[in-house]
Amino acid sequence: MITTALPILVPFVFIIVFLFLRSSRLTQWLSLFGSSILVVVSVYLYSRVTSIGIQVLHVGGWKAPFGISLVIDHLSGIMLLATSVIVLSISVYSFSYIEKQFPFSRFYLFFFALIMGVNGAFITGDIFNLYVWFEVILMSSFVLITLGSKKAQLEGGIKYMALNIFGSLLFLAGLGLLYGQTGTLNMAHLAAILREEQHALQVNPATILFFVAFGIKAAVFPLFFWLPASYHTANITITSLFSGLLTKVGVYALIRVFTLFFVQDQHFWHNLILIIAGLTMLVGGLAATSQYETRKILSYHIISQIGYMIMGLGIFTPLAVAGAIFFMVHNMVAKTNTFLISGVISRLKGTYQLKEVGGLFIQNPLLAILFIIPALSLAGFPPLSGFFAKFILFKSGIENHNYLITAAALLTAMLTLYSMTKIWIEAFLKKQPDGTEANPAQNKLSVFDILPSAILGLISVAMGVFAGNFFGMCLEAANNLINPVLYIETMLQ
Amino acid sequence: MNSIILQLAEKYIRWIFLIFSVIVLIRGHNQPGGGFIAGLLAGLAIIFKGFAFTPGHVNPKLENRSQILIGAGILAIALSFIPSVLFGQPFMQGSWFIFSLPAIGSVKAGTPFLFDIGVFLAITGVVFMFFFSLTTPK
Repeated sequence: MITTALPILVPFVFIIVFLFLRSSRLTQWLSLFGSSILVVVSVYLYSRVTSIGIQVLHVGGWKAPFGISLVIDHLSGIMLLATSVIVLSISVYSFSYIEKQFPFSRFYLFFFALIMGVNGAFITGDIFNLYVWFEVILMSSFVLITLGSKKAQLEGGIKYMALNIFGSLLFLAGLGLLYGQTGTLNMAHLAAILREEQHALQVNPATILFFVAFGIKAAVFPLFFWLPASYHTANITITSLFSGLLTKVGVYALIRVFTLFFVQDQHFWHNLILIIAGLTMLVGGLAATSQYETRKILSYHIISQIGYMIMGLGIFTPLAVAGAIFFMVHNMVAKTNTFLISGVISRLKGTYQLKEVGGLFIQNPLLAILFIIPALSLAGFPPLSGFFAKFILFKSGIENHNYLITAAALLTAMLTLYSMTKIWIEAFLKKQPDGTEANPAQNKLSVFDILPSAILGLISVAMGVFAGNFFGMCLEAANNLINPVLYIETMLQ
Repeated sequence: MNSIILQLAEKYIRWIFLIFSVIVLIRGHNQPGGGFIAGLLAGLAIIFKGFAFTPGHVNPKLENRSQILIGAGILAIALSFIPSVLFGQPFMQGSWFIFSLPAIGSVKAGTPFLFDIGVFLAITGVVFMFFFSLTTPK
């Protein structure tokens, strides 16, 4: 069905439109229109996946395993839904934060190129095609980081580019090894061949290359340096977009390959993943505590949250993988939201330094409420989404006797609470420091500043209130991942 | 470089590049070649002029045209998807049309060729863009 290709086609059409239009009011509304279409498309596709089954499109009529197949299963459907919500809120937010003149005149073009890459990575069923989508993401995000042409942006952008190109290279080498060994690039066909493979030594070289490559993309413990070096330099709209989408594509790829075809020698790999997960969450959490710039706190904080998602993959029970998916969606929504709020704070106060701001609770109580929802959600307070995400992961960790990682996760939850409290006290409760003005830029907040945070905050609350329903969706996805018979059969029939 | 021979020869070599790029584009369906290589060859034509004279001798209007070329190329690629959608075939499946032209005989053209033309235009535009951003002092 052609509808399967819509998550790629819709951004593609808008890219063509934006090639011929420079930024203006019109492109802003067009981008809002495009993101709304994406929301509708992803809701429709997810409903088709649940009602009819896994959606497969063999592009060009070439049957698998010969052509490129697009496939939407439960996990892809959930990720598309989460992505479209993030994209919609960023589209609204960009109204006041993306200037219409020169450096940003091409923002919407690359914004939609990035969405096309992310959606493509989520729905492709071909491992080489996944590499291509990673490149699309890399190119467009490099341009987005350096929009604005400042020296710091170029420096951060080059660090980002260099490390990620290295990751792509390893990915390419790994899939070359796999192709040489099996003669196929189709993920279902690879799974059908490799799941029969008993000798882990045959697969391990490719596995380690994939693990390091996706580890760089997902920013796990020893490979995360590009993230704090680059994220805080970009325009806040772009940083929020990246925080919601980029690293999660890496985590998605890790979950996909480690559930689908790298299933040999599970004991060793899952222990390695768990060790990395523990170190990632602790190092990220500790690094965040020493920062006093909101964007840097939140950037380090992304890394610590990646640890939780990897932890779910490492425990590798249906419950744990469901927890990882739940956590991923929760984190996309809440983390983007905190970045959006930090942008609003800097719009009011003219700075991201926590030491120079204060008194926002009295000045703007609505903003305080909008911040406290994602902050408490990230810290894991009931009844918000983060509580249930963490609860599922802790429960699966204890059930599976992984006590050490569960302890590390609990400790990190406290570090998270500390970081969020720090922003809360410094920016909202503390009095305005002497010698600084309460509103130096004289900016008034418009509906476009508040609306995206309100949407995302509502989703955080809804994910907590309807946690049972959403957990059911995640568990179904996780069951299909751990036992991918259906995925393989649907694709290869 | 300041060589009279090269500067005189450039007028003719330019056309060799352009004609050869079209040949490579057309034969690309079943033989080595195709839109990407043809696009690079067509782009070489103006790079060669830049080499023979100075980059400033290249018509500066081409800089704006590079973006139009890229846009037109991607548009052609998008158009090549439409027949497969209209005919209800699997998405992006090639559709072929056979029609006879006077003097040439029957010509077989299909959406894969339109796709290749799109790649050709886009890559030519990209080479133009590289040329101007690397040679124009900002």
